Parts: sequence; structure tokens; C-alpha cells
Amino acid sequence: MINKVVKNVEEALDGVASGMEFMLGGFGLCGIPENCISELVKREVSDLTCISNNAGVDDFGLGQLLQKHQIKKMISSYVGENDEFERQMLSGELEVDLIPQGTLAERCRATGAGIPAFFTPAGYGTEVAEGKETRDFNGKMHVLEHAFNPEFAFVKAWKGDTAGNLIFKGTARNFNPMMAMAGKITVAEVEELVEVGELDPNQIHTPGIFVQRIFQGKDYEKRIEQRTVTPKS
Amino acid sequence: MLTKQQIAQRIAQELQDKWYVNLGIGIPTLVANYIPEGIDVEFQSENGLLGMGPFPIEGTEDADMINAGKQTVTILEGGSLFDSAMSFAMIRGQHVQLTVLGAMEVAQNGDIANWKIPGRMVKGMGGAMDLVASADNIIVAMMHTNKRGESKILKECSLPLTGVGCVKKIVTNLAVLDVRDNSFYLLERAPGVSVEEIQQATEGSLIVEGEIPEMQF
Repeated sequence: MINKVVKNVEEALDGVASGMEFMLGGFGLCGIPENCISELVKREVSDLTCISNNAGVDDFGLGQLLQKHQIKKMISSYVGENDEFERQMLSGELEVDLIPQGTLAERCRATGAGIPAFFTPAGYGTEVAEGKETRDFNGKMHVLEHAFNPEFAFVKAWKGDTAGNLIFKGTARNFNPMMAMAGKITVAEVEELVEVGELDPNQIHTPGIFVQRIFQGKDYEKRIEQRTVTPKS
Repeated sequence: MLTKQQIAQRIAQELQDKWYVNLGIGIPTLVANYIPEGIDVEFQSENGLLGMGPFPIEGTEDADMINAGKQTVTILEGGSLFDSAMSFAMIRGQHVQLTVLGAMEVAQNGDIANWKIPGRMVKGMGGAMDLVASADNIIVAMMHTNKRGESKILKECSLPLTGVGCVKKIVTNLAVLDVRDNSFYLLERAPGVSVEEIQQATEGSLIVEGEIPEMQF
């Protein structure tokens, strides 16, 4: 088996530089690559383009990079939980490309699957479709959307093995599998790194072929954004 | 006039057996509390969950199990988990029979606006544009008027659109409306609300045919 293990997050982010385009997995704060984000903050790389469904909250997730003005452009579908984001966007400090969530997911998938562009009905007739080619298929209008071209993809998995095979847990899967496919260099941080043979091949979500570097993550906070519960009766 | 809970309760009457349903954030989420007896439906959450259950019992919440509103939830027996591309394949591929979502404005041609107020509110469309562009059956849950009393049921939307010509039915605090033939058709009144009150609160073309019954709960 080809060994993908790197020692730590410092080694995993080798080659990361200002001005690059990144993909970062997660939905809200669920399944975000916490260790990689902290390391990006520490390295003070700037002028980044970040493709991620959300932008974290003010003091956690991608919000930490926003606070330090390291992000030049965000490509997301929903950014409602982040006041600093809204402030930077409205003041023009931050470039923002808001795109429909399904289109974002499919553009990530297309990037890794060798599909340069595809047609989707989402956004037809709205400002999302402005300047884009549209076409009628079976009596319904569609918009042409393109793949991305990220230098790095940072994903977070529950378990991974030394060959880079990944298993996600619960709804922390979200964008991680498609982004893992899409990076020129895909970095996977995992809660539990195991030897090859320990994961059931039938249960692998992301085959190791898509992962260039994997490391054992640490100190996961896994913050809950909206704690909603049914009271004990 | 209906409360938000009653709007959800009225929408729940539209559910049919064996439907997969996507509920948006806000009033639509409440629909899950009023599933009619004898009806089996499964709720799809676009962040990658089918068979969504109620909020977890205090102390059992799991950061890795949330809904599209980022709230902690549970998964029912027989549920499944998947990635975002597969989730939107279910939506775009019309495997989900009903979408319920909120709106800031709806126009009589079925246009909907619910994601952006230029220069003021910048949150993003999330999955709403994919949902409205593909769903066969969309019900909008909303208040008939805004806080200043101005109609949100319009001839034309003034806000940036989420989708064009896609809304088929609206349940507001005042009425149930069908959207077709470039008009709103008044189907039912909220208990105690007159046709005249609904007409006054509706800017778009409102068609009233015969006696309009009160909603039944």
C-alpha cells in the first residue's frame, strides 16, 4: 500500500502559500478541518481564495482566517452566521461569490471527476445566472457551471488509514468527499488514524487514491452551532 | 389569523403517504410536529441526512449530527447518511416529492425571493435555489404582510429572485393560495379572517371564486 502519512499538520501544509485557492470541507462547523485551519492562521498566509459551504462563525472555523484578513475571496452558499464576514463583504474588503449549495457540491465533484462544466437548473432567471451560458433541455432552462481549480483541499474525516482511505461520521460527511477528490494536493486530518487492514473496504467513503497526505488530528473542539434538545422528561 | 405553528399545521395536511419531504428553516421546520396519523413521510435534510428525527434528548446531542439549520438532530431507524453531491442529486433528480420553504416575497407568476436584501442582508441562498429550480411541488410558508403591514404577495418581486415561476401553493397567516395562470387563487381563509381582509393584504391579482371556506384543523 502507498503510505500517505505525514507527521503532523505542519508537514501536511508544506507548500501552502499566499494567493492560493483552497477547498475546505464542512457544513457550518460540522466536519471542518480544525487543525488545518488553525495552522493556516498560524502561518499568516494571505490573499487566499477559500471554497467552503460556509464561513464559520466569528471566532471559530474560517471566521478565524477572516478576523486576520487572510481571505481575499470566499466562494460559499450561505454565510449567515458570521457578522465579521457580513461587515467585510458590505464594506467591499472581501470578494464574495455566493452560489447555490447543490451547484457548489456538484462543481466540487466535477473538479475531481474530470468534468470541466455541466448544466443545472439552479439559479436560472436569477443574478446567479448573469453572464453565464443558458440552454433549454427538455423544455426547461439550465445554467452552465464550471469546475474549480484548487491547489489544496483540506478535509476532515472520522477515521482514516495510512493508505489515505477515509470514513466519515454522521452529517460531518457533507462536502468532504467531493473536495477530497478535487484537490491537486488533498490533505485529510482524521480523528483516528489506523493501520491498513483495520478499515472494512466495504465501508470506505473516500478511496485513498484521492488523498495525498493524511495525519492524526488533535484537540478537536467540534463546536455545536445550535444546540437544540428535547428535555429529559 | 394563524400563528406560525398553525401555518405549519395547515401545511402538514398537504403531506401524502410515502412522500420524501425537504423542510426549510423557520416555520417549515415546524411541519414535522404535525404529521397526520396514518401517513408515513421521511424528512430529507440537504446537508446529508434522510430520515431525520426529533431533537436529541438532553445530554445525547452529537456535533456530527445536525440539520440544514445547524441544529442538533437525530436520525431515525431506517435513515441514511450521504454527501452533499448525492443530497442534491436527490433534490435535482426530483426524488423528493415536496419542498416547504419560507419567502420574503412571492409574485403572481410563481417567482420567489428569499435570499438577499441588497446592501443590507447578505446571507446567501444555501440550498434554496437548487430546491425551487427542481422541485415539482413547492409550498411556501410565510406571513402575508411584512412588519410595516405591506403585502408580500405581489404582482412582481422587488427583491433579487431565488427562482422563477416555481411556487404552486402558499400558506400564510391569513390564507391558503394556489399560484397559477399569473394569479393567486384564494382557496381557504384563516378562521375569523374575511375575504376583504385578504384582498386588502394582497397586492397581486387575487381571484376569489364562490364561497371561500375557513381552514379546518
